[in-house]
Amino acid sequence: MWNTVFPYLLSGISVGGQYALIAIGYTMVYGILRLINFAHGDVFMVAGIIMVYMAASGVPLWLCIPLVLVLTALIGFVIERVAYKPLRTAPRMSAMISAIGVSYTLQNLVLYVTGGLNQIYPTIPWISDSVTIFGATTKMVTVITPILTIVLVVALVALINHTKIGMAMRAVSRDFETSQLMGIKINRVISTTFVIGTFLAGVASVLYFTNYTTVIQTSGAMPGLKAFVAAVFGGIGSIPGAVVGAFIIGIAENIIKGLDIILFKAGIISGPMGLATFSDAFTFALLIIILAVKPTGLFGEKITDKV
Amino acid sequence: MTDMKKKKLDSATVISIVIVLALYVAVFIAEQFIPATSMLFTVIKKGATYALVAVSMNLLNGFTGIFSLGQAGFMLIGAYVYGIFTIPVVSRMDVYQYYNGGLVQFTLPVFVAMLLSGLAAAFLALLIGLPVLRLKSDYLAIATLGFAEIIRALFQWDKLGPITNGSNMLRLFPNFNDFNIRNANGDVVVYLSTLVPLLIAGVCIFVIILLINSTYGRALRSIKDDEIAAEAMGIRLASHKRLAFCISSFFAGVGGAMLAMYQTTVQAKSFTTAMTYEILLIVVIGGIGSVTGSCLSSFLFVACSEWWLRFLDQKQVIGDFEVPLLRNGFRLVVFSIIIMIVVLFFRQGIMGRKELPDLIRQLQGKKVGGGASK
Amino acid sequence: MKKIIAIVLAMMLVLCAAATAETVKIGVFEPASGDSGAGGKQEMLGMQYANKETPTVEIGGTTYDVELVYADNGSSTDKAPSAAQQLVSEGVSVVLGSYGSGVSIAGSQYFADANIPAIGVTCTNPQVTAGNSHYFRICFLDPFQGTVLANYASKELGATVAYTLGELGNDYDQGLCTYFKQAFEALGGTVIPESFPTGTADFTSYLTNAANYGAQVFFCPVSIAYSTQIVQQANSQGVTFPILGGDTLDSNVVANAAKGTNVKIIITTFYQEGATPEFDEGFKAWLNEDAEAMTNNGGNDMISAVSAMGYDAYYTALEALKAAGSTDSAAVLAALPGVTLNGVSGAIAFDEVGDAIRNAAFVKTINNETGDWEFVAEQTVE
Repeated sequence: MWNTVFPYLLSGISVGGQYALIAIGYTMVYGILRLINFAHGDVFMVAGIIMVYMAASGVPLWLCIPLVLVLTALIGFVIERVAYKPLRTAPRMSAMISAIGVSYTLQNLVLYVTGGLNQIYPTIPWISDSVTIFGATTKMVTVITPILTIVLVVALVALINHTKIGMAMRAVSRDFETSQLMGIKINRVISTTFVIGTFLAGVASVLYFTNYTTVIQTSGAMPGLKAFVAAVFGGIGSIPGAVVGAFIIGIAENIIKGLDIILFKAGIISGPMGLATFSDAFTFALLIIILAVKPTGLFGEKITDKV
Repeated sequence: MTDMKKKKLDSATVISIVIVLALYVAVFIAEQFIPATSMLFTVIKKGATYALVAVSMNLLNGFTGIFSLGQAGFMLIGAYVYGIFTIPVVSRMDVYQYYNGGLVQFTLPVFVAMLLSGLAAAFLALLIGLPVLRLKSDYLAIATLGFAEIIRALFQWDKLGPITNGSNMLRLFPNFNDFNIRNANGDVVVYLSTLVPLLIAGVCIFVIILLINSTYGRALRSIKDDEIAAEAMGIRLASHKRLAFCISSFFAGVGGAMLAMYQTTVQAKSFTTAMTYEILLIVVIGGIGSVTGSCLSSFLFVACSEWWLRFLDQKQVIGDFEVPLLRNGFRLVVFSIIIMIVVLFFRQGIMGRKELPDLIRQLQGKKVGGGASK
Repeated sequence: MKKIIAIVLAMMLVLCAAATAETVKIGVFEPASGDSGAGGKQEMLGMQYANKETPTVEIGGTTYDVELVYADNGSSTDKAPSAAQQLVSEGVSVVLGSYGSGVSIAGSQYFADANIPAIGVTCTNPQVTAGNSHYFRICFLDPFQGTVLANYASKELGATVAYTLGELGNDYDQGLCTYFKQAFEALGGTVIPESFPTGTADFTSYLTNAANYGAQVFFCPVSIAYSTQIVQQANSQGVTFPILGGDTLDSNVVANAAKGTNVKIIITTFYQEGATPEFDEGFKAWLNEDAEAMTNNGGNDMISAVSAMGYDAYYTALEALKAAGSTDSAAVLAALPGVTLNGVSGAIAFDEVGDAIRNAAFVKTINNETGDWEFVAEQTVE
């Protein structure tokens, strides 16, 4: 039984780690701006495309990775300044629609640049090698991802709890206007949030596309949506919540893909049921169940309405 | 609606009605004389479909303040119900080729099937509404989006194949061209393939307008402005929201059936969140809370994406000069930049919250009332 | 008022006449983007090369320039209708395409309503031509291809358990998987069919499923985008079963992905490089001098079967135009059933359904060291 289930768990933990890194970007932005940044998944995809083109133009790989991360963070910064800052005083829905617009624009730009063809992600040595653990063969990156994710999250939490900018972030997310009155430079805090969020999405893109080597303009849509669901699942605005949510969703979707064979081997069903069809849908079902029971997610704070 | 009749129609409203009727006549005449292969008719057919769906979304997002992103899911239901019940029995063996002709072995008349499409979507909305409508803003948005994805997966499930044809296409059902009147030789005598969809959308949108202007519509608007105050005024929040959700879904379902007729095939795969986003963009470009705006922007959106901007995708040579940048995909880049400009700099959209009669009143030099036509 | 309308109409007629004089339009209904974009582009290359080789056609005593009019169906059934409508409104005489059966079926009704014939190039699902009179095709069909592959899996590879994987909602994948299943089960084997949702990137769990079910072959006739992923992930998981595929896998993109791996790939296809040397040489020479064509072919000059099919489709269309003696689409439609052609991929003639009469498929495999396709066998089914 263990041998049957373990490979799914392994895939799940790996993809969960990648979702977690994306989800942090969603959850931090939401915590501060109350904005669902729908373009976040597409920034993740653009990071992949930049890597493809940079590697193809002959830049050595060891230089590509830091450059891609810096560029991705820069894109996050620019998007915030161009598309969200002008709408800060507008109704919340305007900013959200602007985010959808940015997502649409990024996808179409990439469609134009790539001609709509799949781009093969460059093979990064060592993390692309195969390893065998507990009888399951996989890429090194699968093993590295959860470890790296946890290291980055610990560093991020330390940053938020122990630095001045982290304190400012906490203050802004607690009360936007009061913190402004207290002399916190709002724009700097928001920009920092976007830079951190997109930087982590950049890291996620290196890990994700090393595993699943094709990049196309829609590559960011599903991981982005899943990561967002993970953020809501964990309680949007909460970083540990997003990470826990992402791992749960990553594991759940991979278990669902193998559920037929697992149930079959356990003797519960007699033949394939085609349950793998629901691997994406199950994520959303899980979300709706959580929201129905706990409307603000696993670790979310209770919202009180002000009359 | 009874108080509507009592009220006297002012001149602006009458002029608006005349303009709309004149447009219908113009479309009818154009259809008889311009070749049926013109892109104009494609744009009108798809535009009418999108207008209906956009207005139904506007009813929720613009008038009631429920931010739902489930439109694609309800359209999917509508499209499938329409397809399943109208495929001619003789063609079922071809369509349900892997499922022995499928379970359903009868057909319903087109308009009955369309009505059923709407009802099925509304019924599902009733079920989904129970858990979802209790949620607040963003959570509600993501939950409805999630439901749309679940519906999509369910319709692709192999085990439901005898009804839904699994993940395979439904096709060979009556489409817009079947509204044309033909003589015994099969030649078209009167072209109606563009007018009928426009009429269906028009009637549905008219019903929505009546609804918005009723006491019920005013209750919805008060919910949007302030839920708690509305509740304090004695408006039952839960039942009003539920009804708005069901009505909106009903028309989304009918819109789905129209989309099926436009596309001539139905496949669950194409009803993605991207479709919902597209409709949301149409609503925003038109102006949140304006029925006229949603209609206008639907036609503009479809015309730009399908027709007017097509030349950007092809190499253009003017004299000896080859225009740079133009190749496949450039149209969409230009299109998305236009959308960003509208979103950032024209936040009110084309119409703001104004309607056609308001515009006419403005032209007549009268004071314009804030909301929809009175 | 009447006068103005008359003048405008007259001017429109003159303009139309001026635009169409001496030019015949052939619609190219192919995916240039999306999951099948790579394949669609290679198929278009064949047509473009043929158009470069023979840019004119003599119809009823007049020499016409042939203009290829492109419409990108985006590999998706919801974009196909407007692409089809675009070709119809351009007034094309005949349509070529598409790569992928689903988009062909989705566009079909539009061509039928406008009375324009369509020549399917590599859409192998029976539903494309079944029950209509305007869709023809020059390739073999999936029931045939599925049987060939099932025979090969059972007899040559000695497999008794097969795992099939297709994309949800892709008519080509689902159809071919079903026909493979029928044929393989008829030979006494067991088949485990599964499907993945559109946009999937992570196939590791499906590969694990196949291993857990004890599959001896992994049948995945999916589009190029997915098959490259599957090949790479199969390699990093160290799978032992061979991967079987249909004609979609016959692409240098897939060959590149398999280069340097240990994954054995076996496919059936329409054309084997070397079958018609003149075509091979000419096509390669063209690719090498046209940088854009080279990029669209995936960066090297390996010839994909779909390019040869695109080439043959173009000449089939020219034959039909000649036989019709007119650029009127209805006349072309009437002439098409009788058209025959000795193409580079074999002799082409249509049966009463509009399908090509073909009973041979090439089985090919990838050499993992060089990344080249190698010929294995020519298979026929009675």
